[in-house]
Amino acid sequence: MSDTLLFAMEATLNGLTAGVMYALVALGFVLIFKASGIFNFAQGVMALFAALTLVGFQSGQIPFSHLINAMFGTRLHHFGWNMPTLLAIPATVLVMILLAILVERYILKHLVNQEPIILFMATIGLAYFLEGVGDIMWGAEVKALDVGLPKGMSGAVDDTTFAWFGYGFYIDRLEIWAAGIAALLVAALTVFSQYTKQGRALRAVADDHQAALSVGISLRFIWVLTWSIAGIVALVAGIMWGSKSGVQFSLSLIALKALPVLILGGFTSIPGAIIGGLIIGVGEKLFDFFMSPIIGGATENWFAYMLALVFLLFRPQGLFGERIIERV
Amino acid sequence: MLYREAGDFKTSYVADNQTFPIKFDRYGYYFILGFAFLVMPLIINDYWANSIVVPFLIYAIAALGLNILIGYCGQLSLGTGAFMACGAYGSYKLMTAFPDLNIVIVIIMAGFITAGVGVLFGLPSLRIKGFYLAVATLAAQFFLIWLFTRTAWFYNYSPTGMISAPTRELFGVPVTGPRASAVSMYMLCLVFTVATAWLARNLTRGSLGRQWMAIRDMDIAAEIIGVNPLMAKLTAFAVSSFFVGISGALLFTVYLGAAEAGEAFGIEKSFLVLFMVIIGGLGSIFGAFAGAAFLIIGPVLLKLLLVNGLGWPTDLAAHLEIMIIGALILVFLILEPHGIAALWRTIKEKLRLWPFPY
Repeated sequence: MSDTLLFAMEATLNGLTAGVMYALVALGFVLIFKASGIFNFAQGVMALFAALTLVGFQSGQIPFSHLINAMFGTRLHHFGWNMPTLLAIPATVLVMILLAILVERYILKHLVNQEPIILFMATIGLAYFLEGVGDIMWGAEVKALDVGLPKGMSGAVDDTTFAWFGYGFYIDRLEIWAAGIAALLVAALTVFSQYTKQGRALRAVADDHQAALSVGISLRFIWVLTWSIAGIVALVAGIMWGSKSGVQFSLSLIALKALPVLILGGFTSIPGAIIGGLIIGVGEKLFDFFMSPIIGGATENWFAYMLALVFLLFRPQGLFGERIIERV
Repeated sequence: MLYREAGDFKTSYVADNQTFPIKFDRYGYYFILGFAFLVMPLIINDYWANSIVVPFLIYAIAALGLNILIGYCGQLSLGTGAFMACGAYGSYKLMTAFPDLNIVIVIIMAGFITAGVGVLFGLPSLRIKGFYLAVATLAAQFFLIWLFTRTAWFYNYSPTGMISAPTRELFGVPVTGPRASAVSMYMLCLVFTVATAWLARNLTRGSLGRQWMAIRDMDIAAEIIGVNPLMAKLTAFAVSSFFVGISGALLFTVYLGAAEAGEAFGIEKSFLVLFMVIIGGLGSIFGAFAGAAFLIIGPVLLKLLLVNGLGWPTDLAAHLEIMIIGALILVFLILEPHGIAALWRTIKEKLRLWPFPY
């Protein structure tokens, strides 16, 4: 088997695992968009915020210590204990739920019935605000996140592929785990929305706000619920990305990577987010693999967007999205 | 009492139709113009020019451009940073390729180049709208910045990948490069700002502006009453990118002097200009200026207060600044979606009736 083909296969495999990571972020977008028609630009920052909070809890950091130190001249940094991961994750989930309640009470409630574009801009504002709060609360330096997930090269994949092709593929074990967790998450979300009362209410709201209101579903509760779930999805994405490349500002930029995924998969489809993520991940890696000798590297920055742009011209609603119908 | 228009009679259509039909407004406008052209050059110093006045003028042009696109035509764009980079790199290539070309012509031509690129990336707006379009303009943002940092031709094969503005003179006075003085920088930017604001004001008052607003308010209805959506949207993209390109060219040649695409024109620039438009007021020329002033002066004041006044570390002040800007966006969107311009309008209404409430 030729080397080029082997390298391309490895790139494809890497693309698949990278795509799962994109899909994890895109999932949060889809959830909020489905339930409230809001395109939540802050999803990436929510992932950053969740990861920061998790690290902060784990290492027993004092929130806002920098601000307090600057204001009162004290030297506070740590409480002096380490929280076990199993306790820190539920604590972070609580923080994300609290965030959802605050967002509903202070932002969404006042913006009901505004145009989608205004809501979109509001989430950009929320993204900036949350980023500032996260940095002030936990400090902006790069932090390592370790929740006990395995890292490094996967020996099993290396050995198997070596036995088959005489060339071992490099796959990060973390990404295999991420794929598994993403699958679990999607399964859980599907079960939740199909078989629970709240899930059904969620789908009703997504379908028609007015009708849902008139049969007695509380819109505000549903919004809090969706933002909480989106917060938990953000936490999962934050854990995965944070374990991979450290908790730092660039984590919030993965939201920008998830946008083309959504365009491809459709804004309203959970399977679409997964498949879109896989297509973008594989496309990116293969394009870089074949084109970088010709036009230069780092095409990953824009390839996904150009793909989405071209795609938009032919099928604006995405692969699995609902048709956009306009009546006068 | 303070603000009145009673007794301000118009006897011709021309008088009624002028940009500032109220005498008080008109004289205020003349006063500001006179102050900016005659008094400011005498009192301006390097600190004021570099930290506040010149960036304010340059960003006001960019905000005007983006306001035409978002505020008047309703097309959201997140690619402003890349279009500013287009203006910067366009002016750099023109300046180095034609060393004898007048700097004013260079900047205007950079604007036209950006207009072309803007139209190209505006084409998808015919099929998609809303945040779909925002994503399409993000494609412009990332692709153009990548192109400028990867293609050596754009930065004349310089080893650092930076572009730096050579010295160019206007009436024998250097206006760009390291020898330019604060006054010459200020005057060049001022002339461009006044010219673009005048252009924007009159374009939005005319038939083109009404077409844009019709598309913004309801595109299908606009099409039915005879607005050509292709023309309206593409002209909005062209004019908007033209302004943004001029602002990018000025930012690079006059203000920064040297730039690198990824650093100087990243996506934060797009958001900064977008925030200026939101805070200042969508669909208002005054709003573009108010927003630019707010977001240029605000951080300077905050830094003065926190870093110089209270002695806080710089990074903390920077984070507070991000947080405050984000919160302000939310507050403005919730309480006053039409921004500072609408606040100013309310103040005028109140002053008109003062001291009686109604």
